[in-house]
Amino acid sequence: MSDITISITDRDGAIHEVQAPTDMNMNLMEIVRSYELAAEGTIGICGGMAMCASCQCYVESNHELPEKGDEEEAMLSEAFFVKDNSRLGCQIHITPELDGLKVTLAPEE
Amino acid sequence: MIKTDILIIGAGPTGLFAVFEAGLLKLKCHLIDALPQPGGQLAELYPKKPIYDIPGFPEVLAGELVDNLMKQIEPFQPGFTLGERAETIEKQEDGSFIVTSTSGLKHQASVVAIAGGLGSFEPRKPLIPNIQQFEEKGVAYFIRNPEVFRNKKVIIAGGGDSALDWSIFLSEVASEVTLVHRRNEFRGALDSVEKVQELKKLGKITLITPAEVVGLRGNEHLDAVVIQKADKSEETLETDYFIPLFGLSPKLGPIADWGLEIEKNAIKVNNSLDYQTNIPGIYAIGDVNTYPGKLKLILCGFHEATLMCQSAYQRIFPDKRYVMKYTTVGGVHGFDGSKKEAPKAVVKSID
Repeated sequence: MSDITISITDRDGAIHEVQAPTDMNMNLMEIVRSYELAAEGTIGICGGMAMCASCQCYVESNHELPEKGDEEEAMLSEAFFVKDNSRLGCQIHITPELDGLKVTLAPEE
Repeated sequence: MIKTDILIIGAGPTGLFAVFEAGLLKLKCHLIDALPQPGGQLAELYPKKPIYDIPGFPEVLAGELVDNLMKQIEPFQPGFTLGERAETIEKQEDGSFIVTSTSGLKHQASVVAIAGGLGSFEPRKPLIPNIQQFEEKGVAYFIRNPEVFRNKKVIIAGGGDSALDWSIFLSEVASEVTLVHRRNEFRGALDSVEKVQELKKLGKITLITPAEVVGLRGNEHLDAVVIQKADKSEETLETDYFIPLFGLSPKLGPIADWGLEIEKNAIKVNNSLDYQTNIPGIYAIGDVNTYPGKLKLILCGFHEATLMCQSAYQRIFPDKRYVMKYTTVGGVHGFDGSKKEAPKAVVKSID
């Protein structure tokens, strides 16, 4: 299956162009972890249940993303550093449509 | 002073199962946990969510798994220090350790097993610059004794169950309760949301949404909070107390200063042998440890707990010889006198 390219700006401002598989049931938080773009223990703390905001990121390209579910919406309403383009990486499933996606990781809480 | 054989820090699934494996070796355990109930993340974060990779359980709710573990270890009468964090550790001349928890309670054990998961759960503090200055002086992240708030003005911030439930509770105690939340929607149980709605109509709770507390005012003690509304307009509201309830997040906490080797926010252990740390007699098991190839899975925590107990036994009784025995063969003999054994096969000849 094909990989897609995602541009991720880490918490220190460095930009990483990474390949993300679309056939491994992965989400954006897991892609960040697999490339170790944020220190282990500072991202994906709840494991991907939308129960912490450690994978918050800002979406900076115009890709159409799946709408936020109730859990993501609720978590973002209590998270810190939230902007209009905030999403939880763990709720963004890697699909072919996301090729070229650009995101920046939110600061660690 | 509490005395035990193995002091377990963290009462999540790994810590709880360690009690069972220790019990089979006739070792007593005591557990310390910062949360008020056993179960760790499973009980605190997702008790109603299913887990599919516990061997032998095609599906089990996290809360049920905790209940089952508690039942499984009951015969071994573990002690619990709940709602307290393990703060300091001191090695004694006889090789044992004394761990002191938040209240000053001391726990002495020959072996310490850190099963701390992601760390101890601590309140998420809002990013208000001078908030630390008012901690214990009007800002409270926990409600320990509601009577403190009797006939006082209270402002609560947050949109989850705890914000809703405490607003409801304090509406009967405090002189004024104001609930501030960034959205109009609340995330709590439906009946809590409805109850707050009702109390709002009765004038017992003032709701300010969508809005956020952005500043704190006061000299010695908190006097007022600054509330920013969606249109960026600001309003200052007098209050005696501000209670931000934004949930809990895990922090490794004081354990990080115990002289243990830490890598990637986890404690390095010897995984080729017994999950011991760089300090002999202190082990780290479950999500809190790290080694090449580490996976943070409950089932891996169970395995690590089992090997840790064998090593702890050797450490406590260096001269005793022991070989592992299947529970099907040896049964389970509780410290409470209870006994579980496989029924004997019936041997009967056929005429």
